Amino acid sequence: MSVTEMFSHIQGFLSADQDIREDIRKVVQMLEQTAREILTVLQSVHQPSGFKEIPSKCARARELFCTVRTTIADLKTKFPMEQYYRFHEHWRFVLQRLVFLATFVVYLETEALVIREEVAKILGIEVVREKGFHLDVEDYLAGVLIMASELSRLAVNSVTSGDYTRPLRISNFINELDSGFRLLNLKNDPLRKRYDGLKYDVKKIEEVVYDLSIRGLTKEAETTGGDK
Amino acid sequence: MNRREGEGGSRRNADAAQDREASAQSSSPVIAAFKVFQQELDTKHDKHERLVKISRDVTIESKRTIFLLHRVTSVPNAEDILNEAELKLDAVRQKIGQIAEELRGEDIFQFHRAFTGGIQEYVEAASFLHYIRHRSLISLEEINARLVFMKSEKEDSEGLSGGLSGGQVLTFQVSPSDYLLGVADLTGELMRMCISSVGNGDIDTPFQLSQFLRQIHDGFSYIGNTGPYEVSKKLHVLRQSLGKVEDACYALRVRGSEIPKHMLADVFSSRTTHMEPEEGVV
Repeated sequence: MSVTEMFSHIQGFLSADQDIREDIRKVVQMLEQTAREILTVLQSVHQPSGFKEIPSKCARARELFCTVRTTIADLKTKFPMEQYYRFHEHWRFVLQRLVFLATFVVYLETEALVIREEVAKILGIEVVREKGFHLDVEDYLAGVLIMASELSRLAVNSVTSGDYTRPLRISNFINELDSGFRLLNLKNDPLRKRYDGLKYDVKKIEEVVYDLSIRGLTKEAETTGGDK
Repeated sequence: MNRREGEGGSRRNADAAQDREASAQSSSPVIAAFKVFQQELDTKHDKHERLVKISRDVTIESKRTIFLLHRVTSVPNAEDILNEAELKLDAVRQKIGQIAEELRGEDIFQFHRAFTGGIQEYVEAASFLHYIRHRSLISLEEINARLVFMKSEKEDSEGLSGGLSGGQVLTFQVSPSDYLLGVADLTGELMRMCISSVGNGDIDTPFQLSQFLRQIHDGFSYIGNTGPYEVSKKLHVLRQSLGKVEDACYALRVRGSEIPKHMLADVFSSRTTHMEPEEGVV
């Protein structure tokens, strides 16, 4: 094979590759759009009035996750499934955002950490690589860490809105997460960098809990039945 | 227990620590889940480290092969050196076989970063040898064709393959972009070979090389920036190499007509010595 032939052969491969990337980018853009919409819906929980509306906001977010599922189904058709990691970078960011949104919704509903299988189900994807488009464990963990910082914000805002018991519950939850993350041996990678931020979230929430307990506000909440 | 240090003292902290201890019991679903993640991440990192190590070995051995091949221009029995290089490359291929082994059943792009350096170096060495032998560019298919590994019976009996049936075929596919990057590196070696062969008074090789380099250069220009980002970076170095080779040919042509053939070698050996430092920069 001559040099010229060889290069045009490779060129053919490269442009095919570029076409795939172009397609993926388009779909990922739609995913990002939906993710932003869900975020906007959920952001209202930080408003004083938002706390009463949590169930309805969650229901609305869950509706939007339907769109996510169809868009991801579309994304799956854009490239050969065994080459997931070749194009991983394109959807990594948005997938982490979606994991965050899904875990946040479930936290607001049940105040528990959603397992990876459940997140995968909400997004309409798989957990194990062999079965197709899946949720990488690092992406899942990154999403959970984004949720942790969102919760530290929620703790602050719930005090402002007069809900004094929520920060205590958030504190327990975050502490549990923190000890979970301590079990991991993280390499010096983006996930590790994000994990390093978790201690500030923990600290923030502990401060809120401190402020409440030193003023006896937690006791008061307990005696009145914990209901705001 | 992983109690956080350095903020103790107040009762709040004692309470919090107690809570944490209570919630961090191994029975907690969160902790149980994270134990699974720990295992999954550790397995992945271990595999990555193993691949990096193999890749480094591949790089080192390929580099040595290239140095060996550079001796071809200065010795009479080139065939011996080529055979020795062939043997070395066989050893490198065995190592790549180990990579293929590690990657069996995995998505190779997940670990691509771990071994891409080694593979590029191998492509460089293999294509250099191929050029010296055949004066042509090795194709991606030819490279891949040599990276097919049979799992031998012996390994099976030792249980290394985990009881899989014998005679299993493993292949390793060099990705087109790794191939391109390897070929881009090859041009640097060809430039060196050109200069040193001029130094040895070899008049034909430089002209062959400049023609070959020009073809490769044209090929890369054809690909342009549709290729991966690293390719466009290497294109610049490639241009410099080509420039040096073309200059050498120019000098040969101009002075070759003036200086008697037997004195040419002296002219160029002085020229090479002052070109050497430049090369180091590249």
